[in-house]
Amino acid sequence: MTTSYQQAFEKDLSRDVPGFLRRLRNEGMERFAKLGFPNRRMEEWKYTGVDPIAQGDFHLGGDKEVSRFTLEEMHRMAFCVLPGPRLVFLNGHFHPALSDLSGLPAGVRLSNLGQALQEDSLRVETYLAKQVGFQDRAFAALNTAFLQNGAYLYLPRGAVLTQPVQLLFVSHGNGAAVVSHPRVLVVAESQSQATLIETYVGEGAYFTNAVTEIVAGEGAVIEHVKLQGESDSAFHIASIGVHQERDSLYTSHSISLGGALTRNDLGTTLDAEGASAIFNGLYMVTGRQHVDNHTSIDHAKPHCTSAELYKGILDGHSQGVFNGRILVRPDAQKTSSQQTNKNLILSEDALINTKPLLEIYANDVKCNHGATIGRLDESQVFYLRARGIDAKLARSLLTYAFASEVVGQIRQDLLRERLQQLIFARLMPGKEAA
Amino acid sequence: MTMALLEIKNLHAKVEEKEILQGINLTVNAGEVHAIMGPNGSGKSTLANVLAGRENYEVTSGEVLYEGKNLLEMDIEDRARAGVFLAFQYPIEIPGVSNAHFLKTALNGVRKYRGLEELDAMDFLTLVKEKMKLLQMDPTFLNRGVNEGFSGGEKKRNDILQMAMLDPKLGILDETDSGLDIDSLRIVAEGVNALRNPNRAFVLVTHYQRLLDYIVPDFVHVLSGGKIIASGDKELAVHLEERGYGWVIEGGAKAVGA
Ligand SMILES: Nc1ncnc2c1ncn2[C@@H]1O[C@H](COP(=O)(O)OP(=O)(O)O)[C@@H](O)[C@H]1O
Ligand SMILES: [Mg+2]
Repeated sequence: MTTSYQQAFEKDLSRDVPGFLRRLRNEGMERFAKLGFPNRRMEEWKYTGVDPIAQGDFHLGGDKEVSRFTLEEMHRMAFCVLPGPRLVFLNGHFHPALSDLSGLPAGVRLSNLGQALQEDSLRVETYLAKQVGFQDRAFAALNTAFLQNGAYLYLPRGAVLTQPVQLLFVSHGNGAAVVSHPRVLVVAESQSQATLIETYVGEGAYFTNAVTEIVAGEGAVIEHVKLQGESDSAFHIASIGVHQERDSLYTSHSISLGGALTRNDLGTTLDAEGASAIFNGLYMVTGRQHVDNHTSIDHAKPHCTSAELYKGILDGHSQGVFNGRILVRPDAQKTSSQQTNKNLILSEDALINTKPLLEIYANDVKCNHGATIGRLDESQVFYLRARGIDAKLARSLLTYAFASEVVGQIRQDLLRERLQQLIFARLMPGKEAA
Repeated sequence: MTMALLEIKNLHAKVEEKEILQGINLTVNAGEVHAIMGPNGSGKSTLANVLAGRENYEVTSGEVLYEGKNLLEMDIEDRARAGVFLAFQYPIEIPGVSNAHFLKTALNGVRKYRGLEELDAMDFLTLVKEKMKLLQMDPTFLNRGVNEGFSGGEKKRNDILQMAMLDPKLGILDETDSGLDIDSLRIVAEGVNALRNPNRAFVLVTHYQRLLDYIVPDFVHVLSGGKIIASGDKELAVHLEERGYGWVIEGGAKAVGA
């Protein structure tokens, strides 16, 4: 259980680690040792058991394996590699040879987080571990205990990145079950703009425990695509925390397709007037997969808006959880918030637990929420079949249409098309999407 | 005499334990246009849906032969591929599936069944644009979700477009005229007339005689209480329009036609 992490931690920390990081990591380990893995008696973990993770025997992958991971393998495993800057990680270790940090505007910093801790230490110390707290979150504490690799993106005032920044996290244990604790920190100063594409893929059994922190300054526009395409026997835990300043816009597209067990915690704080957040999510599971999306939008100040659409497609014996918290603080008058969770159940045995959690303490607000759980519309199936489309294809087309409301919002054409193909291929092996 | 395209013999069907069709007999030969008229609730849509294979209708007795084969045993999609086309009284919306994707998938499913080569994107576009022009439909409809946000008339036209694309042998039009303004009605009727040929037959289900001014039928049947109670030529429709269904239900129509 936690003791094996403790041992690995001590071994890992014996290396040369600077003071700030050493303190932070020690604190993380202490918290994790105290909290232990979450259990289902906790409200936040009621429908998601993490025993397979707690009881698993995972090793930190060595950084020497990195060089064995080639460009061909990267292209084979990634969903889609777009032109533009990218950082590649294997089992949590930075892979400089496959990364591309060129062509960035002046003042923009993009590097491995370990490097940033040395080169931009003051700023990193200011923002790191502030957007995703780890005092009462075991997995974030564990990630913090092992913090050393990941991505750092700094956008100075007014910087606009025209190409997306791609972060590719690959897990490949070569037989051994590895664990990685990727950490991402994005600091976007006022009026800056960027798109971040975080992708998680891998082969075999492993455990990814990621934490991403984003600070969006005044008027900053951040688009964040998170693609979880882990292997079917992988465990994926991700905690994303966003802090938004005045008039900033944060858009999240969170797509979960793989993994045996997935848990996403996505939260933003709208901490100044005029800030908006868009949460757009899709989860698609089958077999015995389990996927849990916990989202939280904290309307801390007046005149902020949030719009959330999460859609789930559940087949086989899979299970899904959606928990959408909207907090409107007493001060947050004129809040506008909309939340929708729609689930499509394709089999008798799939299960979804969906729960909106609205806590509204202001009186002059517009908040809507709704959740649906349903099956394919048989009259639509009939309509398609009556036009000569076979039953299976008809069902796949309708399922695909359900998913495309979310995927269709991704703005990178290549990525969007690739995802659409992937989803279609999963529904209908051998047929091409139009 | 050659084999009939469609032969319905003593067809009984029920919906949710309710007997709707109570012994339908109807023979349709290639090249013919039959109109089926009748009061609301008489079973016209039920008949059309049973022919298309809709699942919630249960056939309790009788048989339907299509080109000599047992139609009732065929899968829904195989009926369509074999050339049975039902234009729906209420075409439904399928958001998220574009008209183009839908039509291409349908067309290629049908073509494959008929031993024809699948059409590529270019040939498909050429064909569909030609048919859309005939129905005076804007090409932008191709990129919209199937019937998504279409007006009633646009949905009906879209159904006729599908019919024109899929090249059926038997077109069953269920109240395609209702809810159409006169211009749309004329366009739809012209679309149907353009498809009339000696190898193709139509069954027009309608409540009103108006459609039959534009698509002139060879035969008119009156369906009431789940049975065809009168058959005749197009004059029967004119009489019905003048005197109402009460007249025929009470036996007055025997004097006309059949
Ligand atoms: N799905 C259904 N469930 C229950 N009753 C139905 C259903 N479809 C049709 N009916 C009933 O069957 C009868 C015939 O309906 P329908 O075939 O639609 O008539 P028409 O098309 O001639 O107006 C009506 O009484 C109608 O209420
Ligand atoms: Mg009807």
